[in-house]
Amino acid sequence: MEISDGSVRILAALLEARTGQQLAHARHWRIEAALRPLMAELQAVSMDALISKIVSGENARLSDRAIDALLNHETFFFRDIASFRLLDTQGLERIRVAREATRRLRIWSAGCSTGQEVYTLAMLIADQRERWRGWSIDIVGTDLSAQAIERAREGRYSQFEIQRGLPVVQMLRRFDQIEREWQVSDDLRAMVSFRTHNLLSSPPPGMFDVVLCRNVLLYFSAEVRGLVFGRIASAMPEDGVLMLGAGETVMGHTDHFVSDYECRGLYRKRIHAPLRPPVECAAR
Amino acid sequence: MMKTCLVVDDSKVIRKVARHILETLEFTVTEAGDGQEALDRCRADSPDVVLLDWNMPVMSGIEFLRALGQEALDHRPKVIFCTTENGIAHIRAAIDAGADEYVMKPFDRETLESKFQLVGVA
Repeated sequence: MEISDGSVRILAALLEARTGQQLAHARHWRIEAALRPLMAELQAVSMDALISKIVSGENARLSDRAIDALLNHETFFFRDIASFRLLDTQGLERIRVAREATRRLRIWSAGCSTGQEVYTLAMLIADQRERWRGWSIDIVGTDLSAQAIERAREGRYSQFEIQRGLPVVQMLRRFDQIEREWQVSDDLRAMVSFRTHNLLSSPPPGMFDVVLCRNVLLYFSAEVRGLVFGRIASAMPEDGVLMLGAGETVMGHTDHFVSDYECRGLYRKRIHAPLRPPVECAAR
Repeated sequence: MMKTCLVVDDSKVIRKVARHILETLEFTVTEAGDGQEALDRCRADSPDVVLLDWNMPVMSGIEFLRALGQEALDHRPKVIFCTTENGIAHIRAAIDAGADEYVMKPFDRETLESKFQLVGVA
């Protein structure tokens, strides 16, 4: 099945306009695989015919579904486990000490896809009940894809999904086997909430002590990435903790964050040094 | 230094697939066709990790695991079950017998890599 360069350009423009994500040349191979189910459902005779239907506006939901199919929902439990160990022992611990008076912790997983990262965070907390006893903890997962959020809320994973990154002991402790699928336990589901959210066009869904935005920003242009970093910074207090994907960094992408000197691998907001007073004032 | 993995499976095809994945993860790979042969390899080679099938002739995976627990080895390898036995009762039995991790077939490279990370050999 062939897709013309023109159709690729149309899809790329649609994706970028709605989500800020760029359809890099290296991802072009995914287009046909991603849209083939939609093409079959609509009985389109070719990929180009499908793109024509999408842009014709005859079905307003069609472009949403095409965009959803093009998004990369790749995620798994405890992805880059060393990073989660670091977050647990350093980042969360720093916040725990700093918030001892209020005992309130808010965590945002931005771009949480089908929820594995959010449930990973819930497991980190649930495994240490004594450490977090008496705390009010919100773990909020957001994603652009309504379909992904629906699956995240459901908390049911295939055999293939459940064993990617999840320690078997956690699987036995926190999930129930239902035929060939695995359902996250009610107590873990009660710790989390999910909502659809567009990082590009909507303000952050509140203020958060810890923000995870992992393997999301790499799909944005430099300009959009800078904008999103700014949005995330506006949702965090000065001592908040930012966690990116294992291969990602803030360096060269934003002035809002710096590497956490106490905890390499995590990031914190840049505290701008107060401007020096004019020389004549300083001299007085 | 490269880590060593002993692949224990009575299927040559599965051993070949596992070897291919493990070599891309930079493991040195040895093979055994049943639990008894695996036990001999553990005594001789001291692998870092064992990727273990359940149903095999001569000595099954679970029998191997119990026998391994009785061995006076200087270095006990990590053991990851890798099997089509996907029911919760089998998984619990494997963990109770001393398995460090559990992979349900079919699996892919990322799943295997994540399990090796979990047991500390990747």
